[in-house]
Amino acid sequence: MVKVGIAAYGTTPFTMDDQKIESLLLQSTKNLFENNSKLTKKDIDAVIVSSNNNSKYLSPILSEMVGIQPKIAHTIESLCNSGTNSIVSAYSYIASGLAEMILISGAERHDSPGQILQWDNSRGEFKHPIFWASIFTKSYKRKFSISDERLAAVSVKNYKQAKENPNAISNNIYSVQDVMNSKKLTDDLKLLDCSRPCNGSSSIVLATEELTKNITDNPIWITGIGQKTTSASFTKNKSFTSMESTKVAAQSALKMANHVSKDIDVAEVHDAFSVCEPMALESLGFSDYGKGLDLVDELNDTNNFKINPRGGLIGSGHPLGATGISQTIEITQQLQSNANKRQVDDANIGLIHNMSAAATSSTVLVLEK
Amino acid sequence: MSFETELSRGNFTIPECSVCKKIVWPPTEFCNDCFGPVFLKNGDFVGKIIEFSKDKNDYFCVIEFEKTIKIMAKMSEPPKIGQLVKISKCGILNEEYFFYVS
Repeated sequence: MVKVGIAAYGTTPFTMDDQKIESLLLQSTKNLFENNSKLTKKDIDAVIVSSNNNSKYLSPILSEMVGIQPKIAHTIESLCNSGTNSIVSAYSYIASGLAEMILISGAERHDSPGQILQWDNSRGEFKHPIFWASIFTKSYKRKFSISDERLAAVSVKNYKQAKENPNAISNNIYSVQDVMNSKKLTDDLKLLDCSRPCNGSSSIVLATEELTKNITDNPIWITGIGQKTTSASFTKNKSFTSMESTKVAAQSALKMANHVSKDIDVAEVHDAFSVCEPMALESLGFSDYGKGLDLVDELNDTNNFKINPRGGLIGSGHPLGATGISQTIEITQQLQSNANKRQVDDANIGLIHNMSAAATSSTVLVLEK
Repeated sequence: MSFETELSRGNFTIPECSVCKKIVWPPTEFCNDCFGPVFLKNGDFVGKIIEFSKDKNDYFCVIEFEKTIKIMAKMSEPPKIGQLVKISKCGILNEEYFFYVS
């Protein structure tokens, strides 16, 4: 198997500052080149943009703005896991020999059309994500006898960790009581249980083994990839308390990397809403079913940043097309021992979990030094 | 007649494949198993409440029909898991489906 490495990365802060999608893409790409002086534009032979934005032809536009004339240029849209799906496509181009070095740039605006899947009419008038999240939350609480206070621990942990992330949308620390007292959206969901759509962009360069080693002295390799789509309809989920697509994708990724879940030292998981974190931890094999919050509490109590060190989607913000790329950059930084105050001790193997539309689709990546 | 046309008239129908008899959900023109043409079953269908939560004054529920179809519907009275309900009102408003159960 051809080795594919992460050669460079850059990002913008995630904010509510209104900016054009093209400007966001340009800013994170500029940051990427500023961070990596050995990278040259002429070596990039493919540009993939990850976004749900309605603007067209974004990859050729980005290429023109940064002075690249790639062989391959196109956009990938897959709602919230557009970012990791773009990375998987780039990996495939390199592994097949169609390209040697690829720029993947993800960006989203706060008003992204990707937030609501209009096609899913089985949801009736309840198409906003807070409704599927409320159903997940109610089911999870009912099945495992979990209180709202216990679930609030996810937001408390992830906001605390986001405070150490200079690019996160939030710089605040919240208590369980703060979460409980935040605006009630439904009977089962409060404002601080939710990640926020925002403006942001993250970019990454994947390359062949040889080119990766030419650019960085600290290469990180993609060693495992797993993807699974079970449906597009929220109500087609067989369970509202676990993530079937995540379970299958994780098994595939870990098998490809020749690892098991206990080998993972650090992970970014898709906490779109607080209940998603324990559900993901359980479906990824990090804890038994119904015990995900025990792990959250343990990590929180010991100030261990192993899960969602950058603050997850809840603390960092959720610019859909950039999220999976931002998660991948975080794990890369962790494995490079370059995560500053967020650094997890002895991080050698990392995992990224990125999902779409109420876990109807999941992508899992394994990264290693 | 399409599912949407019937729904816009306030009729909830169940799409079924005319070849393999499988219920096809979400509604499409052809069976997602054998690609056979789909016809619409009429009836006074009984659904079961699988899960629910509450938004302001109304409950929103996941309702299962024929052990296959699940939709999200509004309900004014407090629901119970496993409660049997029927569609009391449905339609399309501003291009959005809506379902009420009681």
